[in-house]
Amino acid sequence: MDNQSGAEVSPTSLLEHTELHLPSSLESVSEIERAVEAMAGRAGFDEDTASNIAMVTREAAINACKHGNKYAGDKRVDVVLDRTADGIRICITDQGDGLDPDSLPDPLDPANLLRSSGRGVFLMRAIMDEVHFRQLQPGTEVTLIKHRHLEATS
Amino acid sequence: MDTKVRHVDGVTVLDLSGKITMGEASGKLRGAVQDALSSSKKILLNLADVNYIDSAGLGELVSAFTTVKNAGGELKLLNLTKKVRDLLVITKLLTVFDVKENEGDAVKSFA
Repeated sequence: MDNQSGAEVSPTSLLEHTELHLPSSLESVSEIERAVEAMAGRAGFDEDTASNIAMVTREAAINACKHGNKYAGDKRVDVVLDRTADGIRICITDQGDGLDPDSLPDPLDPANLLRSSGRGVFLMRAIMDEVHFRQLQPGTEVTLIKHRHLEATS
Repeated sequence: MDTKVRHVDGVTVLDLSGKITMGEASGKLRGAVQDALSSSKKILLNLADVNYIDSAGLGELVSAFTTVKNAGGELKLLNLTKKVRDLLVITKLLTVFDVKENEGDAVKSFA
């Protein structure tokens, strides 16, 4: 069941693999963001796209540290970054209570437009080609994928 | 995020620069707007030097907008960078804000 996410990477296409294991803090969020922006550049994405990929990774990292782990000192954020011939895959795991992405209100609904929060997951889906959530009980794993060959049309 | 305050023909112009993000700007913008409301209910946010915003920053802009509106005032945006404009388009917030390209016109547009 866990292998149904569609997020598996063929080992033969893997060009670069990085793992980060970080405390739940805003410093970690910035470190993850910087690592992703650099890798997206090496993957051949243009500056705008690399910056957008980094921005939504930031959203996922904030969700993990703030909403998932609630900045708890004993809870870690695990990050796996893969650069492939096809693009970039970012996997962020927290140790929190879990998140049901289907329960999130639609931020484009006129009734929600003036809410001051609730746009993070929406932005991930708008910018990336694939966004997968997996409940680990405890913890949430979010996988973000951007394909390079779709860049011109997305 | 840094804020500079100017007063132009009865309008308070806030020149914002840097990042409007979680941590970097949490509550700062709302605070600056609340301070500005004490002298004028016409507030123009100049975003020309804001090169980065995240969902928390978008939330800050929305909070600033509702704070001013609830106080009976008007808040408009000036000089969006491509990055900020793109995000306001994606999130449909461009339909909420009155966005201006030119400061002189923006100042005159306040009732």
